[in-house]
Amino acid sequence: MAKYALRATALIYLLFLLVLPIGLICWKTFSGGVGPVVESLSSPSALHAFKVTVVVALFAVVANTIFGVGAAVLLVRHEFRGKRLLNALIDLPIAVSPVVVGLALILVYGRFAPLGGWLADRGIDIIFSLPGMVLATVFVSLPLVVRAVAPVLQEIGIEQEQAAWTLGARPWQAFLRITLPGIRWALGYGMVLALARSLGEYGAIAVVSGRLVDQTQTVTLLVEERFQNFDQQTAYAAAFAMAVIAVLTLLLISLLRPKEDAK
Amino acid sequence: MKSSDTLPGRAAPEGPAGARSLEAAAGPLVEASGEPETVRAAPTRRRPTLGLGLGLGTATIYLSLIVLIPLAAVVWRSTEDGLGGFWGYVTTPESLSALKLTIGASVVVALVNLVMGTLIAWVLVRDSFPGKSVVEMLIDLPFALPTIVAGLVLLALYGPGSPLGIDLAYARSGVVVALLFVTLPFVIRTVQPVLLEMDHEMEEAAASLGAGNATIFRRIILPNLLPAMFAGTALAFARSMSEFGATVLISGNLPFKTQVAAVNIFGQIESDNVVGAAAVSTVLLLVALIVLVSLDGLQRWGSRRG
Amino acid sequence: MIRTSHVSKTFGTFVALEDVSVDIPSGSLTALLGPSGGGKSTLLRIIAGLEQPDSGCVEIGGTDSTHVPPQRRNVGFVFQHYAAFKHMTVFNNVAFGLKIRKTPKDQIHRRVDELLHLVHLEQFAHRYPAQLSGGQRQRMALARALAVEPDVLLLDEPFGALDAQVRKELRAWLRRLHDEVHVTTVFVTHDQEEAMEVADSIVVMSEGKVQQIGSPDDLYERPESDFVMSFLGPVTRLDGGLVRPHDLNVFAHPAQDTMPAKVQRIVALGFEVRLDLLVDGEPVWAQLTREEARRLGVRAGDTVHVRAADHAQVRSLTA
Repeated sequence: MAKYALRATALIYLLFLLVLPIGLICWKTFSGGVGPVVESLSSPSALHAFKVTVVVALFAVVANTIFGVGAAVLLVRHEFRGKRLLNALIDLPIAVSPVVVGLALILVYGRFAPLGGWLADRGIDIIFSLPGMVLATVFVSLPLVVRAVAPVLQEIGIEQEQAAWTLGARPWQAFLRITLPGIRWALGYGMVLALARSLGEYGAIAVVSGRLVDQTQTVTLLVEERFQNFDQQTAYAAAFAMAVIAVLTLLLISLLRPKEDAK
Repeated sequence: MKSSDTLPGRAAPEGPAGARSLEAAAGPLVEASGEPETVRAAPTRRRPTLGLGLGLGTATIYLSLIVLIPLAAVVWRSTEDGLGGFWGYVTTPESLSALKLTIGASVVVALVNLVMGTLIAWVLVRDSFPGKSVVEMLIDLPFALPTIVAGLVLLALYGPGSPLGIDLAYARSGVVVALLFVTLPFVIRTVQPVLLEMDHEMEEAAASLGAGNATIFRRIILPNLLPAMFAGTALAFARSMSEFGATVLISGNLPFKTQVAAVNIFGQIESDNVVGAAAVSTVLLLVALIVLVSLDGLQRWGSRRG
Repeated sequence: MIRTSHVSKTFGTFVALEDVSVDIPSGSLTALLGPSGGGKSTLLRIIAGLEQPDSGCVEIGGTDSTHVPPQRRNVGFVFQHYAAFKHMTVFNNVAFGLKIRKTPKDQIHRRVDELLHLVHLEQFAHRYPAQLSGGQRQRMALARALAVEPDVLLLDEPFGALDAQVRKELRAWLRRLHDEVHVTTVFVTHDQEEAMEVADSIVVMSEGKVQQIGSPDDLYERPESDFVMSFLGPVTRLDGGLVRPHDLNVFAHPAQDTMPAKVQRIVALGFEVRLDLLVDGEPVWAQLTREEARRLGVRAGDTVHVRAADHAQVRSLTA
């Protein structure tokens, strides 16, 4: 009896908090048919927003993947002073509010900040421009690849690499041929998480980009801007597109997670 | 040098499964004679000290440029007008109200998650019903969905024109619902693995000693779940404190009523009130720091109990 | 072939090796024998280049190799837990070293086939290590190490993770392999039976130091310390000395130099009979053949008379 009560409570909670909202996006988006949806998503502004989102996300994922694998190797295979500090710094981004991220980057890379000013004098704009958006996205998704790869790297152990060395492989050869293949599922999992996070970032990007339509507007910024301008059709269409990406991400994650655990 | 050493008759069973389980066990084993774990843990002082130096240097620069220096700048700028000034910015009526609302809402959200999250984790682990794997997958949705999209959708469902006839827009309850959405997975995902790994034999022993289901839950299961429950709650609290996108639409950002701290900061940035924004941000960073430290402590509490 | 001179190594506060100097002749099959934590694996890994000594030097084939990375030492290494490349087939595992050296494909094929034939794994060439048993994985690891024709073959407790039966088989097989291939081989073991059965020469190590070096016979019959004597074979104490239980003469009646002993227990194990005795209140045990025991004709509770045989090696106990 208690079992059914528990199940019912859980499912009802999830229904109102999770399932109905999803259902509603689909319903609201397509309430006028498929045509308007396609139309609003293929407007020049919308297409531009998609392009900006993808470009920024890709840069961020590549940067954090390289950093992620390197940091994982450092943390798992080496001892050095300040290791605990490095660990803590890597976990920090999770706890920081996106708006604070944006502010922090403006304070260092804005035109009137020392570093930002120096760069601006050389023609490099960070804030209100793509580089700043990439920085913000890198910040918020920083820990994801490291934390996916490190435990697996730890579990695999170093003996396969050592065996490779005794067989004549130089460290980078052993890394490419032995280590990377060993962590490939965990790496894929981390990259998918990082990509999803990067595509969906809103708060930090809102601050750092200046929200310049047709220039630094991502899809998430498009959703908000269109909604505030009473263009509900486009807002919901864009929201729906992001929801589809989110669900695809979930599918990928549930496929990759067992493979990562099985290692 | 491994487990099969000093104990006669403890040879590992042959066959892939046996060898694998030994390999898994070989990791954290300490030698019977006391040779320290570090011999196997991480080889130190190997040849590529140049490589280590380079790698460490690069990682440090990356983290400094992206995380450390910017965050330090926030704290630095917040004290630009002295500590008195800092306190002044934090206690302006609007900022103070925003902070109070955020903390209050976060506490409520954390507590709700503590109960509901554990309950849902329990149902997912111990119960089975058609469609469970879909539900399992959907739990992570708040992680994957952009916050602004969540905000839009929650506004549609619980705002003006709601198909359910509920209007929570411009109300604090709207803010709470939005925060409940984004914090949904935290407690569930920290409690689930612990439940999955829990030793059923403990429960069986209790039952054989006469304990009923409720007693078993109260005295056997719950105590073992507490570290994970609290860890998830702490994460939910931290997340809730920093939330921006999900609350922006449904709350209407009414100062003194539904404006959360992050929105307050955003407003101050837009009004070029940099130091004020930095001050409130520093408060949020402080809260985040406290949460991270408690999480570390919780982790150690949890591991002590094995 | 391999010479370590005054090698020392410490991990934190733990002294793994202290002033270890060992000479391993070319073409020999040497065992590093000793209890856990004695330093044998550390020494082996230093020879391989997987660890660096704090002081001392390592020469391989006459060249100072102390600071040469493992890639360039041309030593084959076999790990206790195989270190199989899990994501590669058996064939590719064995071929790995050759591929790194950019050997032409057809040569790789020939060499790998040859080695798989040598270790009897031909039909598993395209399986993955996870599909092999422990013994098969270790044979694969050996083939992999031998593929690049190393000057030296090092094995770190190679059979430690295997079943007792498989261990015995692979032990004998290693000896035969060495007789065929003649590579200088060093292996680490804590099992004295294994060392005695397989090796030409044994280096006994304990607490980071070399206790004694010699052939199995040397060590068994002429141990230079109580430790070596106890470690390499059964011992029992009689009248202030350590003696081998099978070197005790047991008589039904008093004889010259005998001491009286009360029989506590008689256990028949295979072709041996073990007598648990009390001499002056101290426990002593003797090992007799079934024939000798039958001729003796004693039962538990009887009194017998024991002494060390004339040829016996007796070590007087210090303190």
